[in-house]
Amino acid sequence: MLRLSCPWCGTRDELEFSFGGESHLTRPTLAASDAIWSDYLFNKENPKGIHFERWMHSYGCGRWFNVARDTVTHEIYAVYKMGLPKPDLD
Amino acid sequence: MAPTQKNRLTSGGRIDRSKPLSFKFNNRKLQGYQGDTIASALLANDISTVNRSFKYHRRRGIMSAGVEETNALLTVSDGKGDVPVVRTTVRALVDDHQIKSPSGFPSVNFDLGRVLDFTHRLWTAGFYNKVFKWPNWHWYEGMVRRMAGLGNLPGGEDGNRYFHHNLHCDLLIVGAGPAGLAAALSSVTSGARVLLVEQDHELGGSLLANRALINAVDSDLWISRTRSALEEAVNVTVMTSSTVSGYYDHNVLTIIDRSTVGVKRFWKVRAKEVLLATGAIEQPLVFENNDRPGIMLAHAAMEYVNRYAVKPADVMVVVTNNDSAYQVAFTLYDNGVRVPAIVDARKNIANEIVQQANQRGIPIMSNSVILNTFGTSVLSSVRVGTLSDDGKSTVNPTDEIACQGLAISGGFNPSSDLYSQAGGNLQYAAELACFVPMQCRQRVTVAGAAQGKFSLAEALTEGACAGSEAANKAGFTCAPIDVTTSTTSSYNLKAVRITPAGDSSRKWVDFMADVTVADIELAVRENFVSVQHLKRYTTTGMSADQGKTSNLNALTLLAELTQKPIGEVGTTTFRPQFMPVPMGAIAGQRHGDFYTPARLLPAHDWHVRHGAVFENYGAWKRPEYYATNGRDRETAIREEVLALRRSAGLFDGSPLGKIELTGPDAGEFLNRIYVNNVLTLKPGRIRYGLMLSENGIIIDDGVFARLADDHYLVSTTSANADRIIAWLEEWHQCEWPDLEVIISTVTSQWGVTTIAGPNARVLLQGIESDIDFSAQALPHMSVATGTLLGVPARVQRVSYTGEMSFEINVPAIQSQRVIEALMNLGGNRIAPIGVEASLLLRTEKGYLHVGADTDGMTNALDVGFAGIVAKKQSDFVGRRSLLRADDQRKDRRQFVGVEPLNDNENLQSGAHFVTPQDEGRRSQGIVTSACFSPTLKRIIGLGLLERGFERKGETVTVFDDGRTFDVRITEPVFYDPSGEKMNA
Ligand SMILES: [Zn+2]
Repeated sequence: MLRLSCPWCGTRDELEFSFGGESHLTRPTLAASDAIWSDYLFNKENPKGIHFERWMHSYGCGRWFNVARDTVTHEIYAVYKMGLPKPDLD
Repeated sequence: MAPTQKNRLTSGGRIDRSKPLSFKFNNRKLQGYQGDTIASALLANDISTVNRSFKYHRRRGIMSAGVEETNALLTVSDGKGDVPVVRTTVRALVDDHQIKSPSGFPSVNFDLGRVLDFTHRLWTAGFYNKVFKWPNWHWYEGMVRRMAGLGNLPGGEDGNRYFHHNLHCDLLIVGAGPAGLAAALSSVTSGARVLLVEQDHELGGSLLANRALINAVDSDLWISRTRSALEEAVNVTVMTSSTVSGYYDHNVLTIIDRSTVGVKRFWKVRAKEVLLATGAIEQPLVFENNDRPGIMLAHAAMEYVNRYAVKPADVMVVVTNNDSAYQVAFTLYDNGVRVPAIVDARKNIANEIVQQANQRGIPIMSNSVILNTFGTSVLSSVRVGTLSDDGKSTVNPTDEIACQGLAISGGFNPSSDLYSQAGGNLQYAAELACFVPMQCRQRVTVAGAAQGKFSLAEALTEGACAGSEAANKAGFTCAPIDVTTSTTSSYNLKAVRITPAGDSSRKWVDFMADVTVADIELAVRENFVSVQHLKRYTTTGMSADQGKTSNLNALTLLAELTQKPIGEVGTTTFRPQFMPVPMGAIAGQRHGDFYTPARLLPAHDWHVRHGAVFENYGAWKRPEYYATNGRDRETAIREEVLALRRSAGLFDGSPLGKIELTGPDAGEFLNRIYVNNVLTLKPGRIRYGLMLSENGIIIDDGVFARLADDHYLVSTTSANADRIIAWLEEWHQCEWPDLEVIISTVTSQWGVTTIAGPNARVLLQGIESDIDFSAQALPHMSVATGTLLGVPARVQRVSYTGEMSFEINVPAIQSQRVIEALMNLGGNRIAPIGVEASLLLRTEKGYLHVGADTDGMTNALDVGFAGIVAKKQSDFVGRRSLLRADDQRKDRRQFVGVEPLNDNENLQSGAHFVTPQDEGRRSQGIVTSACFSPTLKRIIGLGLLERGFERKGETVTVFDDGRTFDVRITEPVFYDPSGEKMNA
């Protein structure tokens, strides 16, 4: 079970949080083609390695935030607020 | 000494001879002692056959003295009901224990199921898929289920109590054998919070089975001193009778704690550092008929003698491929067991060992293996052969050597289950012929036999080092203690575990799953050569023991058969739990009333007093109907509907989801969420709207009111309240954080009482309030705020029934007072309405019930929202999806009303609309709601039908439960289509 550091509340157990899938998605406009729209709806990154994803502190402050997590080792490389760009992890 | 305990030694052991315990085995009365396990007590009483094997129903005896036991998994009752699959080798005997062999019909000693053994060639790997094909599996199922299995589920209430606990520590040490104890002692002075967990009820591990000199004192004394030192240290917690059962991510481990009688505690531990000192498990040797009762792991035999003062048999042959079994042979001999031979696969054996055997007069048969074993009910003799020069066959078979016991040692394999669960990789150590931990992503170290250090000296010194290092890594300072032993031990294993001779269908690899060498050979012939496939096809290692004594031999065989190095064959990943954990422990207190906390209406007591029959709607307990004057359910629902239509009804709608949005951008935000135009809504007015997922699917419906310019109140369906607030937050925080809006859930702050019916207004006007309830001041779809009975109130003119309706929101704590006042005032003119009547009323009015009348494929256009969508200019969640060609198909399933042509037909929800017979009866949709309308006195329904919008008036066939009948498709609204009553 993971341990995550909420940017607002500090380090807590995974069961206080909800997983929200891939982060940094750009929502297409109404003018987008069917292909672009279906890509947004259905095609999500599923890397073996670092995944940029969003979590919510549902049994805490209720805030969404971003997490860079290694899908193989579950190592948490970064936790950063919603709206900030992907951190440089190299 | 009790006369029944034939195999009990007169002295020694860690049992208390002053505390005899009586117990029953298959209804036979027997005696053991305090300190016995169930298995040691059975052995003391010379019980050899304890069980029948899983597949072939062969006799099986106790084969180990630990968690790796594959045979002595018995049904045990301690007065709290039968518990199946109890590992009797680690379960302490208590007075009055009732022990039963789970299989064997009519009895474990005379089992008709043996026919399966005589016909064993039918039941090879994959036999389920091969034999049971004709006529079909179900023809065999009953018989197979009766014959297979490891016991019966207990009936009745579980008498145990279960609790969950959490614990945090700096260092968790798993295992209190020599390595774990040395590690714990080393870390004491660091000040780190140390947790030492041992599955046995005593500390000491292998030292309990084989004493030694540690720091120049007897190990018993060293253990008790160590225990005192650890228990005195405030920073150390010692848990015994507790098994670390799971190792999860970020160093979370679970412990099943059996230390309190009648109570099982399930601990969740978060550890900064973990040290695994979990020891190693002795591996069996594979030869023909290696599963007879009397055949036992060598170190188990030694443990029965030294720890429990039980000799497993009077005459025992010892067979080994390493030095460690010699100590076993000498211990047996020194305690009065005759040892006719030590059979050793190795050619060269160290001189000092040979001398010790010679002193005792025990012959050593070197370069030899067991060829076969014999016996009817128990082992009576073995035959030995010599390995050929290339080791691929045997020569010179001996005469049968008489014995009642055979102690087998194939060397050790580290107990790596937890390490593997943690994500650790194992590598094959060729010189030890076993798998040792290599690397792991988690903060874990391994010490002692668990790391392949099988000598006591290494376990002690490396345990001490690992303990202090782990404490240092956790941020504390300490140095390893000085701990030495004068007891030397050697190993010198030769990697021969499988006799290269004999009938491979009688050479067992997995005793518990009844898998033989032949099964593995067959699997390889059929190309199940991946270790993952082999495991599943043969079921090796898939039983309750998780292959603790079978995985290594299976992998060795697979490597041989595929001519690959064992290291390349790979291992399967171990999964939690290391030992079976009762389901009760996983549930903890979360059962019965605590499973889901019940949510009660603020006026719950009032409903109770007025005959409400409660039902669970989500987490809420709500009145299903009111059994006024003892009327039955059907009558109650019908009378409630009619009372509301004729005069007035009162409905407690408090669970309705209520969300307030405030801020300058509240309107803009909602406009991006709702299908409807929100921006044109004026303060004081209400609109009905739909919310969609991004895929265009309806996720909720309800009304939203504009209380003030920058203040909205959103109502969601009761079931979706929590989901919708989370949904709104996600869109605001993640997609449009620039919008200035605050979203707050106020569901439980407000009690909701709805008064509906032709007399609703008249009744309300009799209540003390500053709100003008007239049609001019408060028309349908408007909201007023003020006071009612002196408390703040919001009154919304919204209707779920089709009648004139007032939804009165007051602070929840005042809800009961308002209900009482309205009911007192109304007298005979008002009746309480339960949820079922309410659902019936909305069906009459043709109102959508999201989730019942819609499913995961219903979009906004399918329920008649095309016009509203077309009129709206801006984007909203899900809008782009509605533009897809598929979302606009004319033949989609659309929302319609339905009524049977013949009044007698019982239309039910779930029935299918079907195409005509000559078109092949394809489903065209489903009836989603149906009822007998008390108001209209006929059956009506709602449904989703292909091209439904253009088929109003058509006759369509419905299929339900094997019958077909015709229905007419109608507008969904059956009651007051003009809305005259509602708008009054
Ligand atoms: Zn937080």
